[in-house]
Amino acid sequence: MPEPLLRIHNLTKRFGSLAASDGLSLDVVAGEVHAVIGPNGAGKTTLISQLFGELAPDAGTILFAGKDIGALTTAERVRAGLARSFQITELLPEYTALDNVTLAVQARLGHSFHFWRNARGEPALRDEALHALSRVGLDGRAAVVVSEMSHGEQKQLELAIALATRPQLLLLDEPMAGLGTTECASTIALLRGLKGAITILLVEHDMDAVFALADRISVLANGRRVATGTAEAIRNDEAVRLAYFGEGDA
Amino acid sequence: MLRADVAGATGLSRRHMLWRGAGVAALALFALLLPWAATKAGNPDLISLATRIVIYAIAAASLNLILGYGGLVSFGHAAYFGVGAYAVGILYFHFSNAEPFLGFVPGTNQLLITIPVAVVTSATFALVLGGLSLRTAGLQFIMITLAFAQMVFFLFVSLKYYGGDDGLIVRHRNVLFNLDMTNDTTFYFVCLAVAAIYFFVFWRLAQSRFGLVLGGIRQNERRLAAIGIATYRYKLVAFVIAGAGAGLAGALMANFAKFVSPDLLHWSQSGDLMIMVILGGAATLFGPLIGATMLIGLETVFTGWTEHWQAFLGPFLILIALFTRGGVLSLFKMSASGSHA
Repeated sequence: MPEPLLRIHNLTKRFGSLAASDGLSLDVVAGEVHAVIGPNGAGKTTLISQLFGELAPDAGTILFAGKDIGALTTAERVRAGLARSFQITELLPEYTALDNVTLAVQARLGHSFHFWRNARGEPALRDEALHALSRVGLDGRAAVVVSEMSHGEQKQLELAIALATRPQLLLLDEPMAGLGTTECASTIALLRGLKGAITILLVEHDMDAVFALADRISVLANGRRVATGTAEAIRNDEAVRLAYFGEGDA
Repeated sequence: MLRADVAGATGLSRRHMLWRGAGVAALALFALLLPWAATKAGNPDLISLATRIVIYAIAAASLNLILGYGGLVSFGHAAYFGVGAYAVGILYFHFSNAEPFLGFVPGTNQLLITIPVAVVTSATFALVLGGLSLRTAGLQFIMITLAFAQMVFFLFVSLKYYGGDDGLIVRHRNVLFNLDMTNDTTFYFVCLAVAAIYFFVFWRLAQSRFGLVLGGIRQNERRLAAIGIATYRYKLVAFVIAGAGAGLAGALMANFAKFVSPDLLHWSQSGDLMIMVILGGAATLFGPLIGATMLIGLETVFTGWTEHWQAFLGPFLILIALFTRGGVLSLFKMSASGSHA
């Protein structure tokens, strides 16, 4: 097995008496789509927030490409090669879709202490931003202000922005949530197209999407990893059934 | 399809730009003809009024960069305005008594020196105070900017050497080339030229990469972090640029009034600047100009009626706040888009 791109070791995060991450360890291998599933409250989003530097863990280490990124800020982690999409979209509502992606391209190209040239008129920024939009199927919606876009479009835009930062590792927090069937299918097709080029940690409730995309699946319950394996292995795992259906959990 | 879409987008903004270009041309023409018209109409006081408006428009625009574009509610902007004014006053003080400032910096009455000194001094104050204030956010940020501004206010009150409470008189306006600066029309045009340059630079800045980031900070800082932008540095640079602009306006104000006093740094001045920005339209290029025109204009009209003019101004401001979300400029935009619909 190759050296993992992301190695999470003994990650612990408590909110009072609740352990959102309880000594969680997990490896993500370069090039794979690694799905993380589990019942509500299992600590999936908390895991992503800790990986992305938005939430400080109480204990544990996060190694990315062999380096400990635990002390880095979110912005530094992004520049190191991480990107995330948000379950509840985090966009710039007054800007157009194109502006939202342009800003991501601009951020990747270095600092933004340019005070004179019209940023929206720079072909280097615009062409790449338009390309990212067309990848997620928002070709015709570049000039639309985000607050006027549908929820599904906003989710696609999240993805376009994340892609525009050209990440090595993409953390996707329920990219299918709230999407219609056609949008779901096109997002699955898009993510499948990224397979191999970008390593993906996918948190998702839509099991069709998970089984269609994931090379490996890890199951979380109560902040712990109860199983990791291929789709087939996970389907037949006793611990997984217990996590989802057992112990008085309806 | 992609091309058509983008062309459609720029086509819309082209029409927008045409309207804006026409508006700016009309505004420029009005500003240029104003002294002539005021003299013709036998009301030369209007020239002084217009000069005051132009100066406050610069100050309000500088606040608009952080308040409107950046969404940073700074309640202490008068401090940088006042520091700029005091830079002119103190340099003049040392020029007239021929005693160097701190024993080695000679005073001067040259506008081409006093303005850069005022700008740099205000920017330095903004760098230090902004550097500390920006470690907080929200309500705390409002309170801490106000607190720092009050500290600067009391600093100048306590500087008895420079007049303390009474302030400093600048007996003659600063010298610029061979212009007759005592002539109110000449001084008006000097201020107008400075404002024109300032607003042009501001326009470029607002649409630059930096401006795009600043607008993003107002809308959602979490999103900016998630694309790899460390927002603190951008906020601080914006704060410093805003302070520098206020310093520029303050330097002009000291020359206009030929007097500087701690009143220029009073918190109510900060409030006036905020009102101008919000009244005219935050995060718009010309909103602060409209806001300054309205506030100073209304003040002038109401003071003509009664000394309790604030009793009239207050309800008026409330009405505007209630009925124009986005300032007076949004009314023009609404009617403009309505006519195209």
